[in-house]
Amino acid sequence: MMGMNIFSMFSRRSSAPVAHERLKILLTHERRSGCSQELVATLHRAVLEAIAKHIDIDPDKVDIEMRHRETFSLLEINLEIPAIIARAGADSRLRHGQAGSPQQAA
Amino acid sequence: MAKVVVVTSGKGGVGKTTTTAALGAALAQTGDKVVVVDFDVGLRNLDLVMGAERRVVFDLINVAKGEANLSQALIRDRRVDSLYLLAASQTRDKDALTEEGVGAVIADLRERFDWVICDSPAGIERGATLAMRFADLAVVVANPEVSSVRDSDRIIGLLDSKTIKAERGERMEKFLLLTRYDAARAARGDMLSVDDVLDILSIPLLGIVPESKDVLRASNIGAPVSIGNLTSPAAIAYIDAARRLCGVPVPLIRPVESKSLFGRIFTRRAA
Repeated sequence: MMGMNIFSMFSRRSSAPVAHERLKILLTHERRSGCSQELVATLHRAVLEAIAKHIDIDPDKVDIEMRHRETFSLLEINLEIPAIIARAGADSRLRHGQAGSPQQAA
Repeated sequence: MAKVVVVTSGKGGVGKTTTTAALGAALAQTGDKVVVVDFDVGLRNLDLVMGAERRVVFDLINVAKGEANLSQALIRDRRVDSLYLLAASQTRDKDALTEEGVGAVIADLRERFDWVICDSPAGIERGATLAMRFADLAVVVANPEVSSVRDSDRIIGLLDSKTIKAERGERMEKFLLLTRYDAARAARGDMLSVDDVLDILSIPLLGIVPESKDVLRASNIGAPVSIGNLTSPAAIAYIDAARRLCGVPVPLIRPVESKSLFGRIFTRRAA
């Protein structure tokens, strides 16, 4: 179907319908991601702040991405944290690479 | 009450400066007091298109910084009495413009003029966001071409989020001005049609300016295209667009080109 459609466009030698179709698809995508860009930046800061209260974390190791599907969007958060995690709480922070009691927080 | 209009597009070279000059001159010829303001700091050209390039002494930044007052910086047009120009600075860097400075200048201009028309630089950076920041309505200039339409869509998004009006929760009025339109090519399917562009951008149409030699001629001689030869289709398009901005319901006739030879043969056979 699609192939025939494109074929008929080329056989008519008109490029405007191709331009129109390409723009429609592209802008539908860009409008959605445009709205979420600021939201992602806000979430990035919020996640970083929340985690940093409990674990020393490298800001560059926080990766947040918004993926758009037909009927929903997917928020993907990837955090790389130090290998050893201490008990939760601001007093018991562990620095990256520092050896401590190998207990895992619940 | 004064209206502040931003002429914007995202993409460069689509006709923002030509449009600013032509709409400004057309509005001024109705007797309204109009100022056209160049926001393209470092790359000013509105002065050149208006034919006032040798008369610029003080500019927008001088006024914004308090180094000169408005009366010193406003350049009165020699052809249309009620038309004025506020030039951009050619030498300073674009960071010299601040929101406070621009806001104060615009507030001052509102007191003195019926129309303040801000010629935005291309792009989406400081100059462009400041040009739209205080606007009451926007004229989005686009060519019937994919990259221009995409950038216009982006600019519409900024108009709806980064302007004072948008931040107050008010509706930012936006109008599309389609320039360099070639009805024959659109009819052949070689160029995005008016309806194609309207379908994608979904903002009301202010006018269609046909591709015309008169536009280059006007900039060559330093006169807005809407002054002088009023039989030019481009001039008529701009004058009509200006009247629509004033709220006059000028009917918008889609330019139709007589069918090509091939088209005619085809229609005759079909009939």
